[in-house]
Amino acid sequence: MRSQGRAEVPAHRVILANWLFSMKSLTKSSFFVLVTVLQPLIFSTIAFFMFKSGGRPGSLLYAALGAGLMGIWSSTLFGSGGLIQWERFQGTLELLIASPSQFMWILVGSTLATSTLGLYSVAGTLLWGAVAFDIPLELAHPALFVLALPATVIGLGTLGLVLASTFVLYRHANALSNLLEYPVWLVTGLLVPVSLLPGWAAPLGWILSPTWGIKAIRYSALGGNPVPALLATVGLSVAYLVIGTRFIAYFERRAREDATLALT
Amino acid sequence: MPVVGAPVVEAIDLRRTYKTSTGSLKRKSLEVEAVRGVSFAIEKGELFGLLGPNGAGKTTTIKMLITLLIPTSGTARVLGLDVVKDARAVRSQIGYVFGGDRGLYERLSGLDNLRYFAELYGVEPHEQKRRIGELLEMVGLTGREKERVEGYSKGMRQRLHIARGLLHDPPVVFLDEPTIGVDPVGAREMRAMIASLTDQGKTVLLTTHYMFEADALCDRIAVIARGEVVAQGTPGALKSLVADKTVVEIEVYGVNDESIERLRRVEGVSAVSVEERDQLQLLMVQSAVGAEITPALLAQFDGAKIGRVVAREPTLEDAYISLVEGDS
Ligand SMILES: Nc1ncnc2c1ncn2[C@@H]1O[C@H](COP(=O)(O)OP(=O)(O)OP(=O)(O)O)[C@@H](O)[C@H]1O
Ligand SMILES: [Mg+2]
Repeated sequence: MRSQGRAEVPAHRVILANWLFSMKSLTKSSFFVLVTVLQPLIFSTIAFFMFKSGGRPGSLLYAALGAGLMGIWSSTLFGSGGLIQWERFQGTLELLIASPSQFMWILVGSTLATSTLGLYSVAGTLLWGAVAFDIPLELAHPALFVLALPATVIGLGTLGLVLASTFVLYRHANALSNLLEYPVWLVTGLLVPVSLLPGWAAPLGWILSPTWGIKAIRYSALGGNPVPALLATVGLSVAYLVIGTRFIAYFERRAREDATLALT
Repeated sequence: MPVVGAPVVEAIDLRRTYKTSTGSLKRKSLEVEAVRGVSFAIEKGELFGLLGPNGAGKTTTIKMLITLLIPTSGTARVLGLDVVKDARAVRSQIGYVFGGDRGLYERLSGLDNLRYFAELYGVEPHEQKRRIGELLEMVGLTGREKERVEGYSKGMRQRLHIARGLLHDPPVVFLDEPTIGVDPVGAREMRAMIASLTDQGKTVLLTTHYMFEADALCDRIAVIARGEVVAQGTPGALKSLVADKTVVEIEVYGVNDESIERLRRVEGVSAVSVEERDQLQLLMVQSAVGAEITPALLAQFDGAKIGRVVAREPTLEDAYISLVEGDS
């Protein structure tokens, strides 16, 4: 007698199933929906006033795009970190690990769902900016912009994955996830140009995908060559995926040794 | 590949310690030896019961068998597959159901929960609909599957858990207190469901605190106390361990600990257990002497009001009590 299930569930199936499932459950959380709806309004307002007072009206779109990405990063961080804590609290984390699907692909699917919803944040920010503050929506390279956006979403999602993998083992990693929101906004140049920060901040930003994602998006929207930044974003995503795979395998094993999968 | 005739589930000298710490400033590390050398083997199609008091190590043993905990030492195999080295292959062959309210996605419907796990277990899309329909029917949730789980009663959650654990039609099923919190009628239906699993050729490991349930369902039982197996055998064989004993049941209104201690020391008494009832305590006193010990027992209560007193044949529960109390 054999089980009807499969010993190795194909990665694409696990990713798709988890993406759909997470979209469904996230949109049923009123808190998450509220954050996703309200944040772009707040971000675009902040962006507007910051650049207004800086006396550089030409960079309004520049600021609005940064604000949009800040939204994606927040929802990715909140989503990926909160997700595992939530699964553990609910008692479902063990069930996920006990299934024959690789936990890695489960996480990829769920993390991509949170960054996808974060995409709305970009759209919302741009739209709100256009309606309320007359931020122009003319794109220099529309085709590349359409490429740069999902590449950036994936770049942020895979970075979220690397962070999420640590939450498998550490029960109190939530504090860490809250701590990472603002510093990443800063060193990746989403909030203010990195040139305004101390010298050590820039190299830190180089290994973080939002740095390159926002460059690719800004160049394709405002003019300039977005291709190198786009390639860097894709390259970093691949690197995060490789690191994430190793981390998750390691942390999953450690969690089974240290008994941290369940709350007891 | 499973070896023909080899046990389906095999635990060999399993041990597991937990490291915990207490205090926040002066942290002291503690080691809890939850499972201390547990061995047993379950044959194909058997319903095997793991009984033991709270904290005996039942859940810990199960979690090692289902790959969620790595044993501190010892080995375990399911269908010949090592639970540490071949964890993923083991996972696809087993179902896991635990009792209690947790382990479900509350905001989503029962159906969404089942569909999601069917995907995680790689059940083919064209199979899913039929399989989920069948299982909903079997656990009696048909018609309620579109409601959000947060509105489900305890019994409904437990049924949903069972359906979830069986989605991929696993040949081996682990049930950790599956009837906890379920009303008597529901629990009876669930027992019939559990019994039907072995009829389908599945191998089942069950833990429960209800002795009649274990007696009715299990082919064989291992009694585990303080992390060790203290007895193993068919319900009949375990009962025969106390066959020469008599049990005197005494209803007392407000018994104190001293009286119980004195009871334990009465010549011939081998075990005493206390069950809290509404107004009274039901004491079950095992002895090798027979009903004539009763006056000696009744003399141990200083003035407490005594209700019904009966002497009877021992049951599986008495065997269990004598085993887990025996060497403490
Ligand atoms: N994650 C953990 N960390 C530390 N100690 C633990 C952990 N899980 C269980 N224990 C301890 O290990 C021992 C065995 O627990 P276990 O849950 O296996 O018992 P059990 O037989 O299932 O009990 P119950 O009948 O109450 O479910 C107990 O002393 C328990 O406190
Ligand atoms: Mg238990």
